[in-house]
Amino acid sequence: MNDFPYLSVLTAAPLVGAVVVALLPRHRPELAKRVALGWSLAVLVLAGAAWAAFEAGGDRMQLRESYPWIPRWGVSFTFAADGIALVMLALIALLVPLVILASWHDADSPGAKRSVPAFFALILVLETTMIGVFAAADVFLFYVFFEVMLVPMYFLIGSYGGARRQYAAVKFFLYALAGGLFMLAAVVGLWVAGGQTLDWQLLTQADLSTGVERWLFLGFFLAFAIKAPFFPFHTWLPDAGGAAPAGVAALLVGLLDKVATFGILRYSLPLFPDAARWFAPAALTLAVIGIIYAALLAVGQNDLKRLVAYTSIAHFGFIGVGIFAFTSQAGTGAVLYMVNHGLATGLLFLVVGMLVARRGSALITDFGGAGKLVPVLAGVLLFAGLASLSLPGLAPFVSEFLVLVGTFTVNKPVAVISTIGIILAAGYVLWMIQRTTQGTLNPTLSSVEPMRRDLSLRESFVVAPMIVLIIVLGLYPKPLTDVINPAVEATLTHVDATDPAPEVPEAQP
Amino acid sequence: MSELSEASGLLGYVWLLVAIPAASAAVLLLAGRRADRWGHLLGCASVGAAFLLGLGMFGQLADLDEHRRAVEQQLWTFLAVGDLRVDFGLLFDPLAAVFVLLITGVGFLIHVYAVGYLAHAPHDQTHESAGTARRRFFGYFNLFVAAMLVLVLGNNYLLLYVGWEGVGLASYLLIAFWFSRPAAATAGKKAFLMNRVGDAGFILAIFLLFAQVGTVQFSGVFAGVAGMSSTVLLVLGLLLLLGATGKSGQFPLQAWLPDAMEGPTPVSALIHAATMVTAGVYLIARSHPIFSANLTLQTVVVSVGAATLLIGAIIGCAKDDIKRVLAWSTVSQIGYMFLAVGLGGVAYALGLIHLLAHGFFKAGLFLGAGSVMRGMDDQVDIRRFGGLWRFLPITWATFGLAWLAIIGIPPLSGFFSKDPIIAAAFDRPGWTGWLFGGAALLGAGLTAFYMTRLFVLTFHGPKRWTEGQRPHESPPVMTIPLILLAVGTVAAGWLMSTSVVDWLTPVFGEAPEPHGLLSHGQVTALTMAVVVIGGVGGWAMFRNGTALAPAPAGPVVTAARANLYGDAVNAALFEKPGRWLTRALVYVDNKGIDGIVNGLAAAVGGGSARIRRLQTGFVRSYAMSMLLGALLIVGAFVAVQAGWFA
Repeated sequence: MNDFPYLSVLTAAPLVGAVVVALLPRHRPELAKRVALGWSLAVLVLAGAAWAAFEAGGDRMQLRESYPWIPRWGVSFTFAADGIALVMLALIALLVPLVILASWHDADSPGAKRSVPAFFALILVLETTMIGVFAAADVFLFYVFFEVMLVPMYFLIGSYGGARRQYAAVKFFLYALAGGLFMLAAVVGLWVAGGQTLDWQLLTQADLSTGVERWLFLGFFLAFAIKAPFFPFHTWLPDAGGAAPAGVAALLVGLLDKVATFGILRYSLPLFPDAARWFAPAALTLAVIGIIYAALLAVGQNDLKRLVAYTSIAHFGFIGVGIFAFTSQAGTGAVLYMVNHGLATGLLFLVVGMLVARRGSALITDFGGAGKLVPVLAGVLLFAGLASLSLPGLAPFVSEFLVLVGTFTVNKPVAVISTIGIILAAGYVLWMIQRTTQGTLNPTLSSVEPMRRDLSLRESFVVAPMIVLIIVLGLYPKPLTDVINPAVEATLTHVDATDPAPEVPEAQP
Repeated sequence: MSELSEASGLLGYVWLLVAIPAASAAVLLLAGRRADRWGHLLGCASVGAAFLLGLGMFGQLADLDEHRRAVEQQLWTFLAVGDLRVDFGLLFDPLAAVFVLLITGVGFLIHVYAVGYLAHAPHDQTHESAGTARRRFFGYFNLFVAAMLVLVLGNNYLLLYVGWEGVGLASYLLIAFWFSRPAAATAGKKAFLMNRVGDAGFILAIFLLFAQVGTVQFSGVFAGVAGMSSTVLLVLGLLLLLGATGKSGQFPLQAWLPDAMEGPTPVSALIHAATMVTAGVYLIARSHPIFSANLTLQTVVVSVGAATLLIGAIIGCAKDDIKRVLAWSTVSQIGYMFLAVGLGGVAYALGLIHLLAHGFFKAGLFLGAGSVMRGMDDQVDIRRFGGLWRFLPITWATFGLAWLAIIGIPPLSGFFSKDPIIAAAFDRPGWTGWLFGGAALLGAGLTAFYMTRLFVLTFHGPKRWTEGQRPHESPPVMTIPLILLAVGTVAAGWLMSTSVVDWLTPVFGEAPEPHGLLSHGQVTALTMAVVVIGGVGGWAMFRNGTALAPAPAGPVVTAARANLYGDAVNAALFEKPGRWLTRALVYVDNKGIDGIVNGLAAAVGGGSARIRRLQTGFVRSYAMSMLLGALLIVGAFVAVQAGWFA
């Protein structure tokens, strides 16, 4: 079965599903939901098969397929995955059905102005573009998916979001578009300077002059820094995350934004290795500022969804540190962080969404003592919070530890300052938990009827797989690190980085 | 370190020690209301089983040759990236064995006690049924035991850290057990946060270890200590010490421990007196090759211990809440342990002996306090007690024994454990011997004073109860653990002063001959004199009761009542600036950064009017932008293709 075109089928399948769902009649929303869920589960099975076909110790780029597209320009439909892309594809395939299940009632509205099938079709379109962007092995194809991805997300936020959804959607779009333009310029430049091809494999061997390389790196980096986002390009995310429906927000920060950090690893470092080294101190600085700055802002938020968005910016700082530290532990940690953050913050967004949907408000001051009314939901919120603050034994701890320990071996100041972030993380999570679920019961809360309903069966099917994965990967992360590590090592050889030896080598057991 | 032996027989099942309470915790927390009726029984049984297992393993370990008393068990590879390799591996050696027995033994007694204690707990505060609250409690309690066993059984620093934060979580959950009480919720958060400050130091120490020696496993690390520079050793030790002060409530991270008394009393007994708060002592004892290798480091540890034992004792004299007095007493007694492990050499074992003795008598004191509170309608103010010995005879007798033990009256355990520490402190050369020995001696007098005050005000003197109180003794499920702990208090000190030193010798090495300023006999005489002065003074001052309201007092008492301004300093240095900074940043982010970036975008796009227009007729503009973008890219390609740039 190894010749099966996994990646192209995986990319196309959700799109076909989207068309099917979109064609369903508007007055049968339940049917649309079920088809969408079933379809996304089928995609998950397919992704599982692709995982099985991937050899952890094999070639870097596997499952490769290539079809001609614009041969005159050296542009082709080339798909291939390394370990980094593979884990992200698996995460996408896993999160989308859970988000569909979590968003079951998000598009329902009494006025019936919003189309339910369209909502779920858009999620499937988004899945296609996200799979495509991670599976692409042609720079132009990557760029196309990178840009097209905005469209379904724009409509999901702008049409199905909460208050200020228009403002948030436009802001999201403008920022992303601005980043996209930088990337477009860089892509064209790369095509010119790199020998008129946009095939990733060929470009890694291209010989660029120092000046050109730096400009091209900067173009890509700006696009990625806005997308991730890194400080100071982050202000769109709290608005978008705050206004988007919770499930969409989970997709946005859990998956879509990872394109940026993935792009840096897949494109910026291998294609512009000298420039990457040259810019690394600046990138590390931005990442470290982001860790501290966003964590402090998260402490100060009074809106649950915006708070989670800010925690996410801080987490992206950790990923950035891991990428630009250039050691195998930090790099593998950064990729693992992308996965674990998708699970942990995804869960946090979904649970917050469940609370917000019940209360009809995302303001923390509208809660208080909710643990009395919905103890199980409060427990899941606490679990998600603990995962977000990287409690040992849970998956995010492993990635944060790897990032920091790997960074420490080469750059102590960055590692030490970043470590302050783990204290701040405890601050924003526990204070949020305290104000939301603990303390005396907010008297208005018990009069809100939905607040008396604890976790439903549907909701427990959403959170249970994520909780199990967060625990299992926290105790036994090896299946993921074995897949990720070779790809990271290969990336590090591009930038010519090797891990430093211990300073007291004779102690090695 | 002694050589490893083959993990045969029972010793091949060390993992079960962790797995049994962990599995029980999972069942209790996941089973839902179905387990409400029997959950607490499972919770007790799992810890009891772990204790019996631990006892069997202890026996097998003791049968091994003295220099090969350690077994390791590799369970699975936790991390393997580059040169970093960390196994999920367990180490069962004399040090770990002592802790396993303390955690599961005292833990089991406190679990049993908790069954009785929770039967009368105010569960309605959280809208739960009594059964659900009890099940949740035992779930957290088992989780704590499992995490604590990971902490002491891990064979590497990372696993120790996993258990370390795990007990922090359990502590947080249990302090905030009555989560609807704002004070409990705040205290839980405070504990976790202050612990995290220490944990940050600990994790940095782990990074440093990996950078230095390429491994975090104990055996590899200790083999590499000789190759480390003294600066590195100092930094490493200080980072570990920061972690230890956080977990053990030592200066400067002591402020969370007294607030932790918001948790149910069995929690205070098990976690915040007998076991978890001694984890810092364990960390230093486990890392003894690091701490013994640097004299400055040892002096810092001793100073922290001496300062904290005085801080705790002074504040303990001024408190009126029975649990807070005991909490500050815990801070102070752990100070003695830090002092001891900081002295190094044979004093490591002394610190651990005091830790074990303290585990028994302080657990007994807390459980006795819980019994008193139960009999007095949850009253905690010792000014409102008095004359209770007649009404709670078993509690009075067991509490009394523990009181005599903690102040160090022979032949109870505290005498055998504390007295040698004071003697060892005087053994330090020169003025530091006088300084630290004097501090330890003064602490012993203060301990005698505040514990006597507590005992007399609670059980003797005139009744100062509130209206309508009918004190009554607790049921056997609570008094039997009290009696067993009292038996341990009587027996343990003498047993431990002989055999535990021998038991731990392979871990810490032989004792050098003392060369002290004073002979051991002189120190004992001095200590007894100080203790008698403190005790008799306390009895004389409080045998006729005390005022019901705080009397005006001099600066020392006022400061002690305010916890020596520790909280005030924290608030002034961290809390207030932190709040101010956060508020300022929120403002800057909303106005400044967002404004600048938007403004930049607007300038590029031709003014903010354009942006507003984009917002209104957005889809059209979007199509326009895409079209422009597409044209641009196509144009560029064509241009290149045509060779314009060639």
